Amino acid sequence: MLRSAITRSQLSRVAKSSHRSLSSSAFRNAETAPMIKLTVDGKEVEVPQGTALIQACELAGATIPRFCYHDRLAIAGNCRMCLVEVERAPKPVASCAMPAMPGSNVFTNSERTNKAREGVMEFLLANHPLDCPICDQGGECDLQDQSMRYGSDRSRFFEVTGKRAVENKDFGPLVKTSMNRCIQCTRCVRFANEVAGVEELGTTGRGNDLEIGTYVQKTLDSELSGNIVDLCPVGALTSKPYAFTARPWELKTTETVDALDAVGSNIRVDSRGHEVMRVQPRVNDDVNEEWISDRTRYACDGLKYQRLTNPLIRVGDRFQAASWPDALATVADSLKKSGAKGDEIQAIAGSLADTESLVALKDLLNKLGSENTALETKRGNAPPVHGVDHRSNYLFNVTIPGSEDADAVLFIGTNPRHEAAVINSRFRKSYLHNGTDFGVIGDKFDAIYDYEHIGVDAKTVGDFLSGGVKSPFAEKFKNAKKPLIVVGSAVAEHQDAESVYAAIAKHVETNKERFLTEEWNGFSTLQRAASRTAAYDVGFVPSHQAQSTKAKFIYLLNADDFDPDVIPRDAFVVYQGHHGDVGAQYADVVLPGVAYTEKGTTWINTEGRAQLGRAAISAPGASREDWKVIKALSELIGKPLPYEDIVAIRDRLWEISPALTRYDELEAPSSVSVGLGLAELVKNGQATTSTTPFQKPFENFYQTDPVSRASVTMANCVKSFVKGQNSEETSIPVGKDEQQKQSKHA
Amino acid sequence: MSLIGKAVRSVEREATRSLRSISTSVARKSDALFVHRDTEYNNSSIPFKFTAENEPIINQILARYPPQYKKGAIMPLLDLAQRQNKGWTSISCMNEVAKMVEVPPMRVYEVATFYTMFNREPVGDHLVQVCTTTPCMLNGAYEIMDTIEKDLGVEAGHTTSDKKFTLLEVECLGACSNAPMVQINDHYYEDLTKSTTLDILKQLKQGKQPKIGPQSTRHTCENSAGLTNLTEKPYGPGQHCQPEFQ
Repeated sequence: MLRSAITRSQLSRVAKSSHRSLSSSAFRNAETAPMIKLTVDGKEVEVPQGTALIQACELAGATIPRFCYHDRLAIAGNCRMCLVEVERAPKPVASCAMPAMPGSNVFTNSERTNKAREGVMEFLLANHPLDCPICDQGGECDLQDQSMRYGSDRSRFFEVTGKRAVENKDFGPLVKTSMNRCIQCTRCVRFANEVAGVEELGTTGRGNDLEIGTYVQKTLDSELSGNIVDLCPVGALTSKPYAFTARPWELKTTETVDALDAVGSNIRVDSRGHEVMRVQPRVNDDVNEEWISDRTRYACDGLKYQRLTNPLIRVGDRFQAASWPDALATVADSLKKSGAKGDEIQAIAGSLADTESLVALKDLLNKLGSENTALETKRGNAPPVHGVDHRSNYLFNVTIPGSEDADAVLFIGTNPRHEAAVINSRFRKSYLHNGTDFGVIGDKFDAIYDYEHIGVDAKTVGDFLSGGVKSPFAEKFKNAKKPLIVVGSAVAEHQDAESVYAAIAKHVETNKERFLTEEWNGFSTLQRAASRTAAYDVGFVPSHQAQSTKAKFIYLLNADDFDPDVIPRDAFVVYQGHHGDVGAQYADVVLPGVAYTEKGTTWINTEGRAQLGRAAISAPGASREDWKVIKALSELIGKPLPYEDIVAIRDRLWEISPALTRYDELEAPSSVSVGLGLAELVKNGQATTSTTPFQKPFENFYQTDPVSRASVTMANCVKSFVKGQNSEETSIPVGKDEQQKQSKHA
Repeated sequence: MSLIGKAVRSVEREATRSLRSISTSVARKSDALFVHRDTEYNNSSIPFKFTAENEPIINQILARYPPQYKKGAIMPLLDLAQRQNKGWTSISCMNEVAKMVEVPPMRVYEVATFYTMFNREPVGDHLVQVCTTTPCMLNGAYEIMDTIEKDLGVEAGHTTSDKKFTLLEVECLGACSNAPMVQINDHYYEDLTKSTTLDILKQLKQGKQPKIGPQSTRHTCENSAGLTNLTEKPYGPGQHCQPEFQ
């Protein structure tokens, strides 16, 4: 740590927003620490040395109240709520900041402890406004809950000069502040600095005047900013879009999986009636820890707008609502009339297609004699460069938790901050704690760690990997024990994809002893779309012959981001999806499917981890679950698919690959398969001198798919974060229209 | 009966009057604002650069800290910046220091807002800080305060219109044995009386340097009634030692 910090300052890199922490204390490895024994409330527990006392107490089954302590953030020890009594200690000790000591005798429920906590609570409440009835945190507020036990029913403070008053801060369109309620636990500050890499947030002033804020006027420009709302133990930071819409006890919670990026973040969808009110993270240490990106969290209002609720048939230049039988019959008839045979029947899958419907559609097309199952991506009409035979060629092999262990990371053609914001926070973690170094080939981006920009094109990849680039990062990468190459999903869509993959595969093969060990696979692809891994897994890619066939009948499954040129003017187009976005405009028949919060389906994330999504709300209007639509259509076409229910289609998934239904488990591809995959990549491409730069798959983080494009909140984010307009004007206009309407009525 | 009724009512009225109405609290004002507001005289577009004379001092300060702990130099550098910037730390000063020690500007703002000796608003040429903590107060600090207020024509917390003096009431400055005292810029003026205070202010107004330290006859904080012990000449090194050490 010390050494790396010195070299860093000597290099004097252009570090804009990222600074490695300067603490030089040794990084403690909990696995190797010796075990110690202590007694908590008469119960003996054994914990690794260096464990915080609060964790030892939790292990003994004692509940310790806390505000500032959070097990994923640095310890602050400033709320004093977690006081416990330790035998022979002169005073109650803050258990979060105290290491568990061997042989100590701890009391978490003694009279002294309780009195101490009551005292702390009294001081916290002295300056806390009594506005619970109008506070959005009400019902899920740590302060409220804990004051039920430790709070007094009356105040001893008569604040002649009034309670502390603090200005509200403007953090942009996502986070609403009510700073009077702040108890200065600094969780948000620690999160912003350690995890999100927003180092503009801090505390100003001191004592009673201490404030959380940015000192100068600034919005919180981070893809993870929504998490500070969850972290806030009181109502100081609340969700702006969710403000005053619901109380937690009215909501039905559903544990499901996010589908707006390829991370597969575990989420909890809170719904009321037919409406998704909000999305919150669920703890899963192997995937998203307990963070989610702002798109995952706040794009949910997009589920309410622009929805396709009825089957539509194009008549002239208008869509007309139709019944399901009519719409499906039209599709079946048109398929026959179009005269499309074999590969002339094309299916294009988009980023929000679930695994079940991908399988159903592929099976249907295969039954019709077509191998033309394409993807909406740039080169999606051709078989993918990396093939689909070897899973390791397109998976994030290093796994999400594993990405923390890399000591040198090379990003090729990817902006992990936009493409996988949650995984990006892991890179920051390794940057801060392990001294990991980063190099980027591709577009520069505003990272939350220092990196060395090496180049922008395929030629640079070849040069760098063959040792032709001399730089501090190149040196570090060459000697790294756990090197990691992260290839962006956009690389496979680039014209030089073959040579880039070949160069990488060759490098990995020649440096096998470092890249491919029993517990390490340093060659990873970072997917950006929730359906992409599943599509590759089930073989939803066109065959070689199919790519040259001109399609006569096109079935768009949630496909919206395709290049318009891939759709011939005379082709009959069916769109199946849940939003009236780009794709539906090309359609002759629109079949309304449902969004990810409305169906129980399988999602495969970028690591190849299968996770089960669950329906939080019922499908709007006449829309139906996607695989069922395809099943119904298959019967009308006269090629019925052989599965009747979800169990049967999951059996079919299992037949294709057992990994698709082994939920929440991750299997590393065998080393043989990895080796064969690499050999294939090497065979496919030649070295290139092409200098066409890699392209970003999307310009802005907030609008990448039909759901987020329909979201008002995301549009506001674009306004204030991407275009940098004053966020005061971008506060959500919810209710404004209604007010106007009402005033008109009046 | 009606008389008693009247009395009861009046008691009731009395009682209600003594109760506080619901919103009697006033906004508690803090001494300083802990957020930055752009003003004409203080915004980040006003350039600030350390002068060439300060360069060697900066190098000296930075040399005190190992390169990875450069941020340790925030406070001395801010102090230097404040001295160069007419006694106050503007937002540009903070930004410049942040750039120098390679930390996000917020880390410097945190330090600058925490310590009261960093003035984040402009001050006069002479920053007069009157101590009014207990020992000084018992020795007439408020009288000194009144004297200064009257002489300068400003209240504590304000700057004179000619921008010469800023008056502040502060907590203990650690010169209790010489109470009452004021600190003007870097110097302590102790054992004050009304007349000596006025004299100091007069001299400052004339651009002279008043006598620093106790304004009474005593030397530093010796007993003002004369020494009661340690009256003999202090012995020199080796005086009472064994001959071989003499």
